[in-house]
Amino acid sequence: MAFEYDKYIRGGKLPHIWCPGCGHGIVMKGLIRAIDTLGLEKNNTAIVSGIGCASRLPGYMDFCTLHTAHGRAAAFATGVKMAKPEMNVILIGGDGDGTAIGGNHFIHACRRNIDMTYIIMNNNIYGMTGGQFSPCTPTGAKASTTPYGNPDPAFDIAKLAIGAGATFVARGTAYHANQIDKLIVEAVQHKGFSVVEILDDCPTTYGRRNKFKSVIEMMNRLKDIAVPVKAAEKMTPEQLQGKVLTGVLYKEEKPEYISEYAKVIERASKG
Amino acid sequence: MAKKVAFLQGNEAAAQGALYAGCNFFAGYPITPSTEVAEVLSAELPKRSGKFIQMEDEIGAMAAVIGASLTGAKVLTATSGPGLSLKQELIGYACIAEVPVVIINVMRGGPSTGMPTGPSQSDVMAARWGTHGDHAAICLVPASVQELFEETVRAFNLAEKYRMPVFVMPDEIVGHMRERIVFPEPGELEVISRTAPSVPPEEYKPYDTRFGDVPPLASFGSGYRFHVTGLNKAEDGFPTTKAALVQAEEERQLRKVTANIDDIVTFEEYLLDDAEVAVVAFGSTSRSARFAVNELRKEGVKAGLFRIRTFWPFPDKQIAALGARVKAIITPEMNLGMCTSEVKRCVEGKAPVHGIFRVDGEPINPGQIAQKIREVL
Repeated sequence: MAFEYDKYIRGGKLPHIWCPGCGHGIVMKGLIRAIDTLGLEKNNTAIVSGIGCASRLPGYMDFCTLHTAHGRAAAFATGVKMAKPEMNVILIGGDGDGTAIGGNHFIHACRRNIDMTYIIMNNNIYGMTGGQFSPCTPTGAKASTTPYGNPDPAFDIAKLAIGAGATFVARGTAYHANQIDKLIVEAVQHKGFSVVEILDDCPTTYGRRNKFKSVIEMMNRLKDIAVPVKAAEKMTPEQLQGKVLTGVLYKEEKPEYISEYAKVIERASKG
Repeated sequence: MAKKVAFLQGNEAAAQGALYAGCNFFAGYPITPSTEVAEVLSAELPKRSGKFIQMEDEIGAMAAVIGASLTGAKVLTATSGPGLSLKQELIGYACIAEVPVVIINVMRGGPSTGMPTGPSQSDVMAARWGTHGDHAAICLVPASVQELFEETVRAFNLAEKYRMPVFVMPDEIVGHMRERIVFPEPGELEVISRTAPSVPPEEYKPYDTRFGDVPPLASFGSGYRFHVTGLNKAEDGFPTTKAALVQAEEERQLRKVTANIDDIVTFEEYLLDDAEVAVVAFGSTSRSARFAVNELRKEGVKAGLFRIRTFWPFPDKQIAALGARVKAIITPEMNLGMCTSEVKRCVEGKAPVHGIFRVDGEPINPGQIAQKIREVL
């Protein structure tokens, strides 16, 4: 029997705003399957986003949803989770939202290791604003503000998250749709700050400028560059040139922020 | 039983006032001269199972209090000038999404880093117009340690009652002065909490105008699922660009304050009944003004004081009435004329308005005010 997505979708809020060929819808379906697998209570789950195409996702989901300001999702979510720790908090955003204007909140959420999951859809571009380059746009690529090619080096979101202290970091792609929900399930189950980067594509503002002939060609690129971490162990540095590792990249047990704050409350109460 | 009495700093009193009002969540970023508010709450909140978090920056602090408020918490952040500038976009978010938050802004010099430990009263326009777009504003300007306690309680009440951000803005002198304070007993001051919805979850709309200009606000995690956004929204909380809906929503949000001015605006009239000259002042400057008025009265000069306690909404009609009956108005302030321009607007030329402006980090002293009064009479 086909999976029943409707029970998690807000009636009347579809169709979504995403362009044909955009990977965000694939991620949303993966998130819904993950939530179903995890059995998360709709009333007890907050989905928080910043600004941008990816950040419109919560509006379609029948949960407690918070669409905030550009880059601020992690900070809003920190307030939600800290004030009401019994809520499951899932963050949604794009690469521009999360690593440029939201970079500071992102690294500090990683550092605190607060028990939330951050799903970053990395399409290498500012989509909603019209295709300006993001911190994840590859060097040399064309964007509406890099007409001669992007001079900026790009962030590796997973490495950034690990370096900042996130205790669970995974990466998937919109091509590998079946893997998305599994990564999200594992991320939500992890106690601490978990990051799931999902590579997807923006055919409208990235593909068009960068000579991708079709959505299928962009999707095939994702297929070609992705290498599961296990497979990568057997590959040489030369073979891994230009590839991107997928799967669970990092996992560590470390004190979680809310639990640590509970100890502060205990110490303060003893006075 | 005798009431509890203490010798407290203004900022410490503000923190105590927040606790009295039921504050159970604070997020902030350290900035002089507001730091004592955070320091006291970092110690006191966990004792009551409340939460304190020092965020990575001022913007994060503002975001965190909005997020916490949406779960039903009573929230506070404290800052000063440059921090207020950083918070402004999200203060606008709290305006449009109609989320109760209290912001204590202890005024130092500016713009930019200005004078971190120097007093100032130059953020009053930032409280009104700092964030972009049309929006209502409530800003309280206490003048004593006792009042900083009580006005912080009132700020929480107004934030909860009108579902919006409310500022408490002591100048640095009031924030850092030490005075005797008498703590009100529990129950002595009114404490208001936001109205929860009475409709079943499936009928709930977070901006349902059937319930008036201030619709009930549900909490995340309470069985109500709803959407909150910083975009212009319809009654159900979802974005809309329909002209009529956006116009009506924006007008309603202003009306929350404009239709309730008499409930919000507070002021004090001192020796104004027979006054020929009135000083209009707020914060620590009003204390110098009171001293000057008392001294001049001893000399037979008919001087009086109108003390602004609520800067926004501005006491328009009271100042207009004052302008119609005195020979002159003196407006001393620690900025270059922000209050003066508002007074002139209200008085509409019926009386001359003479400003005394100081931005050198020194308080305006009673002698300066008395001298100006003698000059104009």
